[in-house]
Amino acid sequence: MKQGTPSTLTDIAAAGRRAEHHAPFIRAAVPTDSWNLAVEHLAEGRLTLLDLWGEAGAVHIALLDEEAGEAAVASLECPDGRYPSVGRRHPPAIRLERAAADLFGLVPQDTPDPRAWLDHGQWGFVHPLGTRMPAAASPYHFLPAEGGSLHQIAVGPVHAGIIEPGHFRFTASGETIVRLEERLGYTHKGIEGLMAGAGIDRAAGLAGRTSGDSTVAYAFAFARAAEAALGIAVPPRAAWLRALMAELERLANHLGDIGAVCNDAAFPLMLAHCGVLRERVLRASDAAFGHRLMRDRIVPGGTAADLAEDGAAAIRALLANIRARFPALVRLYDNTASLQDRTVGTGRLSTALARQYGAGGYVGRASGRRFDARRAFACPPYDELAFDVPVLAEGDVNARVWIRIREVEQSLSLIEQILRGLPAGPVRADVTASDGPREGAATREGVATREGMAIVEGFRGDVLVWLRIAATGLVERCRLRDPSWFQWPLLEAAIEGNIVADFPLCNKSFNCSYSGCDL
Amino acid sequence: MRRLLFKSLIHSPLTEPRPPASSLAVGELVHALDGAARRRLGRSLAIRAVDAGSCNGCELEMNALGNAFYDLERFGIRFVASPRHADVLLVTGPMSRNMREAVRRTYDATPDPKWVVALGDCARDGGCFAGSYAVMDGVSAVLPVDLHIPGCPPPPVEILKGLLALLEGVNSKAATP
Ligand code: SF4
Repeated sequence: MKQGTPSTLTDIAAAGRRAEHHAPFIRAAVPTDSWNLAVEHLAEGRLTLLDLWGEAGAVHIALLDEEAGEAAVASLECPDGRYPSVGRRHPPAIRLERAAADLFGLVPQDTPDPRAWLDHGQWGFVHPLGTRMPAAASPYHFLPAEGGSLHQIAVGPVHAGIIEPGHFRFTASGETIVRLEERLGYTHKGIEGLMAGAGIDRAAGLAGRTSGDSTVAYAFAFARAAEAALGIAVPPRAAWLRALMAELERLANHLGDIGAVCNDAAFPLMLAHCGVLRERVLRASDAAFGHRLMRDRIVPGGTAADLAEDGAAAIRALLANIRARFPALVRLYDNTASLQDRTVGTGRLSTALARQYGAGGYVGRASGRRFDARRAFACPPYDELAFDVPVLAEGDVNARVWIRIREVEQSLSLIEQILRGLPAGPVRADVTASDGPREGAATREGVATREGMAIVEGFRGDVLVWLRIAATGLVERCRLRDPSWFQWPLLEAAIEGNIVADFPLCNKSFNCSYSGCDL
Repeated sequence: MRRLLFKSLIHSPLTEPRPPASSLAVGELVHALDGAARRRLGRSLAIRAVDAGSCNGCELEMNALGNAFYDLERFGIRFVASPRHADVLLVTGPMSRNMREAVRRTYDATPDPKWVVALGDCARDGGCFAGSYAVMDGVSAVLPVDLHIPGCPPPPVEILKGLLALLEGVNSKAATP
């Protein structure tokens, strides 16, 4: 905590009733005035919103004190299903509140946006995770943008390329975009509903299928949340292997993205070369872990299997290959005027907005927000590895490309360090005995629910998983929060004043996940 | 840039040998393809990808088909931007209810003859999402599926095998009207 200023998070939590077992952060059920105080802190930028989610009769907010490097969860019981809206004072919460309203029927009072979000009126009932009731058809109203020369362009949910479905409503004045409104929710699969009552292993598999390109990050975050809840220590070798997978995933995605952004700026040569490098990462991952995307390889307790015998050699060969080829591509990017002409100054996101929304990953770091969960909540082996967190202030497409380029370089170094320092030993701790109370878990009348939370740096930014495990050992409630929740609204802001033709380029430079927030 | 371009001219290509068509996929094809439609298809296949609620893993591998290793287009197979140009709808995901309408409309916009390929485990029967209030447990709940390519996600080579099987099935039948 900073000296002289009140320790906001501690204060808020202290005013409430602490959850008996919530690790490694504090969770407290707070009274309404503390809730409102937290909202005030969010609105004034002293705290950052990490997540907002619901369950029957309660709503939770995860809060981050960036300077202190602390996180906590504040919960508000709302037996009547109403709570004071966070979004009213702090817009980043609005979509989260709309989602919680759809799933649980929780009503944010005085919300500026009461429209449905995930619920498109197709499920046959409302509030699938709360008290189900028959659905009443209601049309979806897009936000108005009015003026003599304005016209609307509606795109999606099925797009022209091989991408996820979503609807974009552009209002343009000639070629210039005046307003973009996104409508998502098309890939809503009800993952949180499926997790309720599932065993840990099944839930881990579902978590790994939240967003295909971040399957490692999600499995990693879920495993850490489960281990925190159950009080399980992961063997050192497993911790290092997880970081190895996480960096390989970051590498593959960044390489793919760099190529794809350039392709959308009408420069396919970069896509061709970056596509080859990405494929090489996937093949090395396959050789090392038996799956190109490394799906289901991170499990609660450790990893599903050890590094394959020739895995380290395959990864070393990969590093050598990328090191030999990548610098020429970076020079090509840097020296091609026609490419720079498209990326420099395009889709600018201000530092103020990036901070307000707590934007993670390259979106935040290209706009001056330094947060990286590998630093802020370092788990082994990141606390022993040397790496930089590149930050730029320009906030344009070019800056987001450069952050990716720098992160590719950092990941190459990290992977090398991991291979060098990889400790020997087992790769999985026993989690089967997880149906009894753990040491340190307070029991009340012999019943212990255990809660855990984890924040892991995916390639796109920080992935948060919050988990409550019932005394039976089954998952009672699991919340998965993708970094895109806070990046999608920023895309709407960044695109304003750009031309329609630059939308694909801006969109790709954000590369937000649909499935990750549709859940 | 010139140096890079020049290098790609003198280096041996990365493209790999054509994989054999999957016999399993061929088997599924035999009863799936309608004789009259087969005759009308030349030696090319235009695919429209439709994400019906996938986790995006299947799309990643579909995209990988375009890289220099697989170079999908050498088989006469290409992804097109509009269903109106498509012979095949390649549908992924457990068929979310929120996508039902859009998928149906995409199918209706695709001219006959057309085929539907369900890509990935969850497109078959919902996979691990089966039973959710929000999904319809597979693509066949909304569209007639002609071929299924399993995997989570199927690696590019498996997608390629499935597509080749589709193509070969189409042409061998077309040769014997
Ligand atoms: S089959 Fe697997 S990879 Fe494909 S969409 Fe379903 S969960 Fe994702």
